Amino acid sequence: MTDILPFLKSLISVSGLSGYERPVASLVTEKWRPLVDEIRLSRVGSVHGLKRGTGKSPRPSLMIATHMDAIGMRVSKIVDGFLHMTNVGGIDVRVLPGAEVTVHASRSGEELPGVIAMRPARFLPESVGDRVHTIEHLLVDTGLLPREVLKKVCVGDLVSFANEPLELAGDVISGHTVDNRASIAALTICLEELQNKPHVWDLWAATTVQEETSFLGAYSSAFELRPHIAIVVDGTFAKGPGAGGWQTFTLGKGVGLCIGPNMHPFLHRKLKELAERLEIPWFLDVTPLDSGTDAFAIQVTAEGIPTALVEFPIRYMHTPVEAVSLKDIQRAGRLLAEFVASLEADFVDTIVWDD
Amino acid sequence: MPTFGTPQLKLLERLCNVIAVSGDESEVRKIVLEEVKPYADDVKVDALGSVLVTKAGRGRKRTRVMLDAHMDEVGFIIVDDEGEGLYRFEAVGGIDARHLVGKQVFVGRERTPAVIGAKPIHLMDGDEYTRKVPLDSLRIDLGPGGKAKVGDRAGFATKFRRVGPSILAKSIDDRIGIATLIELLKHAPPNIDLCAAFSVQEEIGLRGAKVAAQYFNPDLAIAIDSTPANDLPMHDGSENISYNTKLGLGPAIYVADGSTLHDPRLVRFLREIAEAEKIPYQIRQPGGGGTDSGAIQRSLAGIPTVSVSVPHRYTHSPVSLARVDDWKHTLNLLHAALGCITPELIAVR
Repeated sequence: MTDILPFLKSLISVSGLSGYERPVASLVTEKWRPLVDEIRLSRVGSVHGLKRGTGKSPRPSLMIATHMDAIGMRVSKIVDGFLHMTNVGGIDVRVLPGAEVTVHASRSGEELPGVIAMRPARFLPESVGDRVHTIEHLLVDTGLLPREVLKKVCVGDLVSFANEPLELAGDVISGHTVDNRASIAALTICLEELQNKPHVWDLWAATTVQEETSFLGAYSSAFELRPHIAIVVDGTFAKGPGAGGWQTFTLGKGVGLCIGPNMHPFLHRKLKELAERLEIPWFLDVTPLDSGTDAFAIQVTAEGIPTALVEFPIRYMHTPVEAVSLKDIQRAGRLLAEFVASLEADFVDTIVWDD
Repeated sequence: MPTFGTPQLKLLERLCNVIAVSGDESEVRKIVLEEVKPYADDVKVDALGSVLVTKAGRGRKRTRVMLDAHMDEVGFIIVDDEGEGLYRFEAVGGIDARHLVGKQVFVGRERTPAVIGAKPIHLMDGDEYTRKVPLDSLRIDLGPGGKAKVGDRAGFATKFRRVGPSILAKSIDDRIGIATLIELLKHAPPNIDLCAAFSVQEEIGLRGAKVAAQYFNPDLAIAIDSTPANDLPMHDGSENISYNTKLGLGPAIYVADGSTLHDPRLVRFLREIAEAEKIPYQIRQPGGGGTDSGAIQRSLAGIPTVSVSVPHRYTHSPVSLARVDDWKHTLNLLHAALGCITPELIAVR
């Protein structure tokens, strides 16, 4: 197995906020080009890589989808050279004060470093004071003089987290867009494994846009590619400080296989049996309602698509220090590859609802 | 005037990028010792860890001038090992816990990388996301199996950056004072015996400066520090009348703070020098807060003391911001002032 760490580090070193995924799409396209037979961007910017199967045409196809967009902020107002912000996706405002950010300045085309400033209580309404400051009370300071800011920055410009990846103990990597670039790394491992592993089905490897805001990429890729089945790869919650309930799982201890209304139970069972046969450690993740992932969208695209959700735990999700275990990524990648290789020509016909 | 450019900024970068939490100033001390040795007549590391440097002048009627800057910064200390690479910690110095969530830190002398995370927003109940995360529920996370020692210090992992006219870095308070003091020592004028105190434990009660003053027994003292610039807009667009200092207006001369009424002779002297040399300066708004001057002034039989600070925004946070020109003007003002000090300046008439 090749070392996925350098690629993952490059993925979590770029911005790629929802709607502006091009920096990630470029990295993915470059990495995947030698691993797939065709690669192109969808109309809305998702990456579609096709790895053809060995079966007779017309072959059935499987889509593995990982979203590539990230949460962040954008400029809502400029006052005295300071930038006000609004959120892109589900930002926890408590991580913002003191965070290092990049302002994607559209007037000058520059990436400007900045820091998020929390003002003293007396500068704000009494209702804010020394409580958690809501996003409209936080400011970005670029260190530039106000007239320079106006020359470079425009309302609407993106603001992304700027902290560099950090390697922690226990093969854990931490950074600002581990959700969901880690899944792209897993899918890349899958493609690498399939170089030497024949598979009957066509595989569409997809990195989707705008999962954090509208599932636009999931809906549109599923519609365009019309796979017979789909697997979504995304993060779930790791146990850690402040997080210990039934929705949380131990970091580095395996792959999550989801059950719930968004997931087809037959696909779940097949993945589970495969994981057990390959001795890949796995855990059961129950999502009682909406899974909050691309699976929610893909399942109801076109005439409906049997969908599964494969996960791994991420600690501190939606903070700039999201942490994931490389072991879990490798396990997920291997499980996906083995699953693709295991699909026989008539697999779709064997899908049943009741045993 | 001392030259000012890349070597000075490189020195500041080195100083800002190391971690020296109050009580464990070793990493800054090493740089200071290396930098000052070629220029010092006497170098001593005292009982608390401060570096005390003497550089004698020449000729008669020399004034004994103590210059002080503090080596320590606010940070963290590991207080309990909870296993699995998770550690409890306490703040050392005045840190607002709202700055800690989602930040990267380095732990111990080995600078082991770690993060301070938080419960994901998806798992919060009701309005939990509007409530502060108290420090005692935060953990420093080194990753599964990661090892630190109880007692290890930790600090923000922020890297020094130059942006346009500004510097973005951690612990500008008071590495910018340390860098200033090193430069002044390199260009010490002959009319003074320069007593340079690179002091410890300012952030937890001005403790290093107090004994340093007692050791040096100077005729007068200047504390060189960095003070908050709260020059940010008010939420309702009204005039900001409590900015403390503003970036870009030059060195901030103190007249009064929470612990010191600064010696009016020295305040007047610094202002006259600035005007004569056409160096921009500002008077720090009188108010709370303080510097090592509070401890120095009350040492021995009393020491005439003043404070000069380089303004910076976002004090005691992961990233502070200062202007290069404010630093240059501070260095120039102090250098010009030292050369003009005479015993008459503080003579009792």
